[in-house]
Amino acid sequence: MQNHPVYTDNDPQNELSTLNLGPTHPATHGVFQNVLQLDGERIVSGVSTIGYIHRAFEKIAEHRPFYQITPLTDRLNYCSSPINNMGWHMTVEKLLGIETPKRVDYLRIIIMELARITDHIICNGVLGVDTGAFTGFMYMMEYRELVYEIYEEVCGSRLTTNIGRIGGFERNFNAIAFRKLRKFLKEFPGVLKEFESLFTRNRIFIDRTRDVAAVTAEDALSYSWSGPLLRAAGVDYDVRAMEPYSSYEDFEFEVPVGSNGDVYNRFLVRNEEMWQSLRLIEQALVKLEKEPTDIFHADVPDFYLPPKEEVYNNMEALIYHFKIVMGEVPTPTTEVYHSVEGANGELGFYLVNDGGRSPYRLHFRRPSFINYQMYAPMSRGMLLSDAIINMSSLNVIAGELDA
Amino acid sequence: MGKITNEELLKKITGKFQEQVTTVGEPFGLLTLETGREQIIDVLTYLKNDPALQFNFLTDITAIHYPEQEKQIGIIYHLHSLVNNVRIRLKVFLVDGDVHIPTATVLWNGANWMERETYDYFGVIFDGHPDLRRILNVDDMVAHPMRKEFPLEDPNRVDKKDYFFGR
Repeated sequence: MQNHPVYTDNDPQNELSTLNLGPTHPATHGVFQNVLQLDGERIVSGVSTIGYIHRAFEKIAEHRPFYQITPLTDRLNYCSSPINNMGWHMTVEKLLGIETPKRVDYLRIIIMELARITDHIICNGVLGVDTGAFTGFMYMMEYRELVYEIYEEVCGSRLTTNIGRIGGFERNFNAIAFRKLRKFLKEFPGVLKEFESLFTRNRIFIDRTRDVAAVTAEDALSYSWSGPLLRAAGVDYDVRAMEPYSSYEDFEFEVPVGSNGDVYNRFLVRNEEMWQSLRLIEQALVKLEKEPTDIFHADVPDFYLPPKEEVYNNMEALIYHFKIVMGEVPTPTTEVYHSVEGANGELGFYLVNDGGRSPYRLHFRRPSFINYQMYAPMSRGMLLSDAIINMSSLNVIAGELDA
Repeated sequence: MGKITNEELLKKITGKFQEQVTTVGEPFGLLTLETGREQIIDVLTYLKNDPALQFNFLTDITAIHYPEQEKQIGIIYHLHSLVNNVRIRLKVFLVDGDVHIPTATVLWNGANWMERETYDYFGVIFDGHPDLRRILNVDDMVAHPMRKEFPLEDPNRVDKKDYFFGR
């Protein structure tokens, strides 16, 4: 790969061709443009252009009260919206000094780990599609549907979930949600096992992915990679373990790491993370049995909207409702950085507050945005077909890339 | 909590840089320091390479605009020492009209797009940056939209009447 001759622009023998890979290309699974210089099938250089679905969330957030920013976070990584939603809620709770009850923490962990599984299902399934195996993707997709049905029971929506509120959830988990969750826990491990048996020791899959786009730990750290990509390169950085939030410190789980950061290692790390997520959900269900079943939010009337029937019939609830909606509750003037382990890495929220009803400045540390900048440099010398599977295993989500 | 406390951290940094670094505070346990653009690269290099500190992970670079302040534009760096599991926040404030600061791409490759985003949003010029172009907004945009004077909606639009939206 390294010994391949590279022609420059001034070279009379230059026979490079330019390829516009994207912005809309069936192989890129999203709005990504890369202008590639190709020598035959090898990539000589590439330039990434991003921002095709830039929606100015940080600017919009400066004009919205805290609780109305949740729907914006849905649209960052829309394959695992609940993690974004809850990351944002926890940031605000940290700012306001709200302590959530344990039951809320455990319920949140269930939803966040389900979201992590759906995200990894898509990433690893699509990696299979790009290497020529459609079956695994379709097979696993059924279980993403089941997870979405659980979201539906909890919050009413599926993809852009707007799940939960500042302080907890807007409603308690019902019996159907728990029944579907148990069904998922019963059936999904077998499916995941079958999925692994389709790929992990598959000769064709290994040949396509092993040593493709290998990244050293030094490079990964220098490019500020985080999440499964960094762990595949051998650095055991997981926000859940390093700075536990939402009571992750009560749980037992392992942080899987890879060795050389290639596409195959990333695949294995993501698969193992799904097993760990299942473990976390199982533990959370056991812990929930000891918690009172009627608690689903913290007692913070200043920030948690009261139930609608009380607003109509109870003066106090009406006042709180009015104060929250009109943003007349004082908030501390300070700044806070909170990060959660998103499906793609460290999802950070840097919130500067001036005491008003909306943030003075809100910045999202978006893992896809930061992970993707290595794509063009690392594609140099790579085969075009390898660059395609490299992109799917980076799991860049356009919404998180552009914000 | 990490292996190194904020007091020890502060002592080490002020021991090295004396008055060039001032403490802003410790909001939510995250030590926040302010420095000038002349020393920022020295401070970052020291934090990254000192064997006891090892702030080798650049979490984020962003900026903030305070129109009322004399030094309007603040550049904010978040670093993370994975070895000690401790974070630090550095701030550099610049006078509007002279928003030049040396680039951190000499230390971290990952600073590249973070600085491009900051340039795009706030017009901060990172001197020595290899490819300082707009990244999220269109190339021919004139304004830097995250500055406070930039309105959320185009004030010249006539198709959106405020009374439709209860404003």
